[in-house]
Amino acid sequence: MSGDGKAANQGPAHRNIELAAAGLMGVFAILVVYGALQAGIGWGFEGPKAGFFPFIMGSILLIATAVNLWNGWQGSKTKIFAEWDQLKQVGAVTIPIAIYIAAIPFIGIYVASVLLIAYFMMRISSYGAVRTALVAIGVPLLTFIVFERWFLVTLPKGPLEAVLGY
Amino acid sequence: MIQSKSSSLFVAAAALGVALSGTPASAQWEPQRPVEIIVPAGTGGGADQMARAIQGIVAKHNLMKQPIIVINKAGGAGSEGFLDVKGSAGNPHKLIITLSNLFTTPLGTNQPFSYKDFTPVAMLALDEFVLWVNAEKPYKNVKEFLAAAKAGGFKMAGTGSRQEDQIITAAIEKAAGVKFIYVPYRGGGEVAVQLVGNHADATVNNPIEAVAHWRGGKLRPLCVFDAKPLPYNEKIAGDAAWSSIPTCKSQGLDVEYLMLRGFFMTPGATPDQVKFYVDLFQKVRATPEWKDLMNNGAFNTTFMTGKEYVEWVAREHTRHFNLMKEAGFLSTN
Amino acid sequence: MAEFVNLFNGFATVLAFQDVNIFGTTLSLPFNVFIMIVGIVLGVIIGVLPGLGGANGVAILLPLTFSMQPTSAIILLSCIYWGALFGGAITSILFNIPGEPWSVATTFDGYPMAQQGKAGEALTAAFTSSFIGAFFAVIMITLLAPMVAAFALRFGAAEKFAVYFLAFASFVGLSKEPPFKTLAAMLIGFALATFGTDHMTGSLRLTFGTEILLPGFDFLIAVIGLFGIGEILLTMEEGLKFKGKDAKINLRVVLQTWAKLPQYWWTYLRSCVIGCWMGITPAGATPASFMSYGIAKRVSKNGKNFGNGEIEGVIAPETAAHAAGKSALLPMLALGVPGSPTAAVLLGGLLIWNLQPGPMLFVENKEFVWGLIASMYLGNVVGLIIVLTCVPLLAAILRIPFGIIAPIILMFCAIGAYTVRNSFFDVIMMLAFGVLGYLLKKTNYPLAPLVLAMVLGDRAEEAFRQALVGSGGSLGVFFANGLVSSIMLLGFIALFWSVISAGISRVRGVKPATAG
Repeated sequence: MSGDGKAANQGPAHRNIELAAAGLMGVFAILVVYGALQAGIGWGFEGPKAGFFPFIMGSILLIATAVNLWNGWQGSKTKIFAEWDQLKQVGAVTIPIAIYIAAIPFIGIYVASVLLIAYFMMRISSYGAVRTALVAIGVPLLTFIVFERWFLVTLPKGPLEAVLGY
Repeated sequence: MIQSKSSSLFVAAAALGVALSGTPASAQWEPQRPVEIIVPAGTGGGADQMARAIQGIVAKHNLMKQPIIVINKAGGAGSEGFLDVKGSAGNPHKLIITLSNLFTTPLGTNQPFSYKDFTPVAMLALDEFVLWVNAEKPYKNVKEFLAAAKAGGFKMAGTGSRQEDQIITAAIEKAAGVKFIYVPYRGGGEVAVQLVGNHADATVNNPIEAVAHWRGGKLRPLCVFDAKPLPYNEKIAGDAAWSSIPTCKSQGLDVEYLMLRGFFMTPGATPDQVKFYVDLFQKVRATPEWKDLMNNGAFNTTFMTGKEYVEWVAREHTRHFNLMKEAGFLSTN
Repeated sequence: MAEFVNLFNGFATVLAFQDVNIFGTTLSLPFNVFIMIVGIVLGVIIGVLPGLGGANGVAILLPLTFSMQPTSAIILLSCIYWGALFGGAITSILFNIPGEPWSVATTFDGYPMAQQGKAGEALTAAFTSSFIGAFFAVIMITLLAPMVAAFALRFGAAEKFAVYFLAFASFVGLSKEPPFKTLAAMLIGFALATFGTDHMTGSLRLTFGTEILLPGFDFLIAVIGLFGIGEILLTMEEGLKFKGKDAKINLRVVLQTWAKLPQYWWTYLRSCVIGCWMGITPAGATPASFMSYGIAKRVSKNGKNFGNGEIEGVIAPETAAHAAGKSALLPMLALGVPGSPTAAVLLGGLLIWNLQPGPMLFVENKEFVWGLIASMYLGNVVGLIIVLTCVPLLAAILRIPFGIIAPIILMFCAIGAYTVRNSFFDVIMMLAFGVLGYLLKKTNYPLAPLVLAMVLGDRAEEAFRQALVGSGGSLGVFFANGLVSSIMLLGFIALFWSVISAGISRVRGVKPATAG
């Protein structure tokens, strides 16, 4: 879509990504078929067994994937998926999100959110320290009050909250 | 710099919160945080209703300083909830309310937990099971019903698979020498409606799930799977009360089954902590709301704690093992 | 018409003045109206925050209501439910994140509208449609309650499967994406729905011996990831801001939108009927919204523009979802079977107040039942007024810069994913689904069939197998009586609609289509 007709060397080829996506689906389909075989795919007196449906779904998915792979192979070789700069932008949020999620079990969702908001505001946009601090601390704090105190929904908490008695 | 600022602010704000809520020091143990009740079943079911009723009763009568939070973890026939509690050893702020899947899930699916992993607190009640048929059907008692069922092809609707309803069905099959087609559904209410709509021939619904249809003249109770008739004399449908339903045994169908509604704590809970919750449940049992709940659901109100409770649970486990073994429901792997 | 007398008494119950003690002075207030407003506002908040579903909110507040009169309590709880129904549309339209499962279909056209600077219009259309759908359902409940309840009883497993089949068939058809990509997306959805415990045999499947896969994949997690996170990644690729231009920030947009709505009266009527039908059967609000969207897309003369910000694409799913949401309460009251998780929690409440849902409730607790029905009428009107006045405020949220709003959205997505089942694994899955959503969108796989297959897949499989267990494995059960046969037939017609309509136009001659 984007970058159509531009020079081909500014990003990964659309065709490769297309093939990778189809390949991923193929792996998923094989996994489903394998799991279904484990669960039993027969059709007994009581109708289909546990693995019957996943087996059918996995098998058809495998066929559909094969067609998509073939179509992908035939696709344009010059079209790019996205420019490297654009992908860098995507990575600039995906990696922090991954770190954010990985940190939740250790420092809790509230403290992790403070850091995430601060990172976004200071690095991705460039806000000053005061405004960043205000939003980055204020929003998770408000969320904490709404969830933990008012609605009594417990979310993952870390050592800081433990020290404070939650 | 931002971070240090943030945490100091956070500390200040939260310290204020602690100061307001206060932490009284007393000799007896009591919860310092909100207490979670894990429900190893979905929202709206019997166990969930009981947990939420207790939550409400404790809040209304101020029986505990900390609030109760109900959390449903129904995945994997309840193993999600049980494994969570098993993995929270030493956390005294977590309880689990059990139903028969405490026994049936590890036996039927080979999940790595057993009743021995948990610290028993108390049995609050036992849920009854009643054999129901559609009121339009000609059979008025167990004998006539079983005679008709002998022809074969009778559909028994029930909640879940390889769980209490199917175990009772298998026990009836064995005791009476008949064969049913067991059709599993997700919830007891749905099961009762299948019977009202004549999509099934019989059910073993809990009283609370089917009572409305009985009052409406759509369903007919044939017998109760308990050793003695229910003690509730209030008229429900015409002249009939819960107490007028005969026991199955007296009708020549020798099957008894009651389902545990009890509490367990995480592994390694201390006697002090157990005592706190036992006392709490005693207080809950004394409230009028609890008595109404028992009355509505025609529960068996047996209360047990300590050694008596442990022995009861062990006996039930053996019984489930045998019942499931005979029915071929044990996990094969 | 005894119903009208009953309803009138119901209004009297709701509007009755009660002595309320406020700050030491006793005032006479229409307490239930006050409760209603509180409930709606709370409900909207609950609907907007992805971590607090309607069921969740009602369950949490249920204990607080034990000290109230049952009528006041159920008014509070049901108004939270209505409020949550309204609120679910807000995040769908503004951020492409459905707050509730039934607002997924609202994102298809609501979000593109917001991107084109028409957020106010989309919100107004969504709220108004919710109101109309709900109102239609309430009128039906008032007039037809006993008949509808009797009809609902005719639905066994085979009939239920037929309804799911019909819902699916009417949504899936020719789309602009390549057919094999549509098929693959759909199958991924179906396959994802089968992970975890098999409800029919109680055995595990596709868990590969792990504990984390026991509960399977939750629909909401997939939706938050695919739509919400996926959209943020796309936005990052395309530059730093949400593409939404500044929306008009005044209440005039409400009136301007209203002027446009009457021309869609046929869409409204159709969606109301679909919604009520799905609510009673009871398939629920989520399939209803998809089915209504799918049919509108095929029938409408603007069908080709669906997905690019067509107002009709907001009207159809919202109307149906709310008609279904309300009518789902009817099976609960009349039969004791909840049509939705929230209804299930409300059911628990009824039992605690000593009100036994079922056929006798309408006879023995007239005041309560008609008070509840009257509160549905009034709650709806109050709700509409409240949310419409918020439209400018909500549209203004889009003016917050991406650098601030994006991490806050991410935080709420994580909270939402976690609270679905209190599972950390789900938060990880959310990110995985987010990356998947980005990839699929870029490689031209449609997401809607995947999501619908995930919603319907495991319910449909269950009903299919229940029917077969009962019939001893014979497929004839799906054509065993007039009801199930006609639903199945409708399903097949919907499935092959594009083929059939192509055939019809060929029979009519080579005249070129005028609506093209």
